[in-house]
Amino acid sequence: MDSKSKGRFGVHGGQYIPETLMNAVIELEKAYDHYKNDPDFNRELTKLLNEYAGRPSLLYYAEKMTKDLGGAKIYLKREDLNHTGSHKINNVLGQALLAKKMGKTRLIAETGAGQHGVATATAAALMGMECVVFMGEEDTKRQALNVYRMRLLGAEVIPVKTGTATLKDAVSEAMREWTRRIDDTHYCLGSVMGPHPFPTIVRDFQAVISKEIKEQMLELEGRLPDAVMACVGGGSNAIGTFYNFINDPSVRLIGCEAAGRGIDTFETAATLNTGKLGIFHGMKSYFCQDEYGQIAPVYSISAGLDYPGIGPEHAYLHDIGRAEYVAITDEEAVQAFEYLSRTEGIIPAIESAHAVAHAIKIAPSMDPDQIIVVTISGRGDKDVAAIARYRGEDIYE
Amino acid sequence: MSRISQAFAGHKAFIPFVTCGDPDLETTGRIVRAMEEAGADLIELGIPFSDPTAEGPVIQAANVRALSGGVTTDKIFEFVKDLRSDVKVPLVFMTYANVVFSYGTERFVKRCVEVGIDGIILPDVPFEEKEEFAPICRANGIDFISLIAPTSEDRIAMIASEAEGFLYIVSSLGVTGTRSEIKTDISAIVEQVRKSAKVPCAVGFGISTPEQAARMAAVSDGAIVGSAIVRIIGEHGREAATYVKDFVKSMTDALK
Repeated sequence: MDSKSKGRFGVHGGQYIPETLMNAVIELEKAYDHYKNDPDFNRELTKLLNEYAGRPSLLYYAEKMTKDLGGAKIYLKREDLNHTGSHKINNVLGQALLAKKMGKTRLIAETGAGQHGVATATAAALMGMECVVFMGEEDTKRQALNVYRMRLLGAEVIPVKTGTATLKDAVSEAMREWTRRIDDTHYCLGSVMGPHPFPTIVRDFQAVISKEIKEQMLELEGRLPDAVMACVGGGSNAIGTFYNFINDPSVRLIGCEAAGRGIDTFETAATLNTGKLGIFHGMKSYFCQDEYGQIAPVYSISAGLDYPGIGPEHAYLHDIGRAEYVAITDEEAVQAFEYLSRTEGIIPAIESAHAVAHAIKIAPSMDPDQIIVVTISGRGDKDVAAIARYRGEDIYE
Repeated sequence: MSRISQAFAGHKAFIPFVTCGDPDLETTGRIVRAMEEAGADLIELGIPFSDPTAEGPVIQAANVRALSGGVTTDKIFEFVKDLRSDVKVPLVFMTYANVVFSYGTERFVKRCVEVGIDGIILPDVPFEEKEEFAPICRANGIDFISLIAPTSEDRIAMIASEAEGFLYIVSSLGVTGTRSEIKTDISAIVEQVRKSAKVPCAVGFGISTPEQAARMAAVSDGAIVGSAIVRIIGEHGREAATYVKDFVKSMTDALK
């Protein structure tokens, strides 16, 4: 690969964006390189994370689940307990603070399930910034509660009607909006995807998840876990869960993709299990696409995993065999959603339920002295109505 | 000098755009011939992409119409080959990186040569990423056309000094689409471009009237019009060629 190209993870990553945006991402990279080592910036961010978002999040021993499954000891990393109900706040507080230091007064964001949109609207409210969130029209219906929540927080929500009217179209529209208005606007990208430096910035802000898991695990068990797992759409909570374990080869890293109705159907969003190498949304990575490179209309019951690509660092971890990526169907995820609710009294986001489903699959065949950590990336309140509908019960949100 | 650079020789160039297969390739063929008859100096042929992130609503809709009509990259290559039996004007493809990459960049460029394409424009491949595409184009005699935006500032010299074919100057912030007013100081950008570039430069994005085209061409070497033409095609469908011809004629007249 040519040396001018930046932000590569193996062959993946790069900056495949219109020239109009190049100086904006270069400016962002410079600002980030400066502030990431700035003690004042880090003190301010840590204060926000601890006093506003509620970090560190709990590492909870799921004793009932462990006993019920009869295998490995299961811990849950409770990102659902963060303010705004998901891991998204970790990245958003970092980016909003950075944007503010850069003199930006307006945040724009894409959102799938609405969790990133809510987190961005929250940070904007807190920091006195303007906020516009792009959300696929299909998703505004699936996640009506989050749409109202964003409006309540003072954000404008723009339903995106183009393409499949889901997450990928929301990303496209946010990128278009950024090319329209760069001067005062920061694009607060919600996942470890898009052009450099976003995959690196978002990863660094989410790496607090694995930093805490490591510290908490050493304190509770005096050793590292045997496996950590998380759901993967773009992959931000997963990379956050993996990052500080990448150099610990004894720790298996497992990403759980959304298989939708199955990886042998067209109604799937399992990128690493069904996609091929491509270039889209500013990055080279794996994408669900047809033989001519047209991006596939993907499907998952989970609006947050309903994305045809995956972050470039995951694509790289997949290539070198450091992380494993499995596919979990809608049905398996819904069963796990119900299982965790009944067994532990924790209603996980349907996204996170994909990771829970895989733990349910593998824990019984592991030894009782082995430990797995499942990241519960978000809370499931937003999904209750959709799961009821999936089970044939029509309830009002 | 490439065929593309020659298209600018001695006069201001008018460069219209059309999305291949909107609403079908037969219509696109009639439109391209109408554009040539109306005096177009170079024609941009869009290969539709499912998620064209640099396009405004008008060209996005054309991409949807073309793809739902079943057009593919292979069908477009066959179509261009057929066009070349009588169409002489230089032709450049405008599409997205993934369309070329997924076809196999080398294979794509070789097909371009076989069917008579002169250049490629990829709006999602900036200077930093062009080494993946430009050398293969150069080795095959295809111009890889670079873009300069109102935000390029200190990047202009770097981009212009390596430009091939012509330089595409993006007139305004944002995506493609017509604008009532172009506020960017185009002449200041062109002045900087000319210090480093060995190729001509044309202005595009937002131009919809002959007056705008004339004004943009007056300060550069030509004008590019896309959305205004695609809108006519959206309105008149299979009957669009005659309307496009009149429109392109009004533009080429304004540039004389």
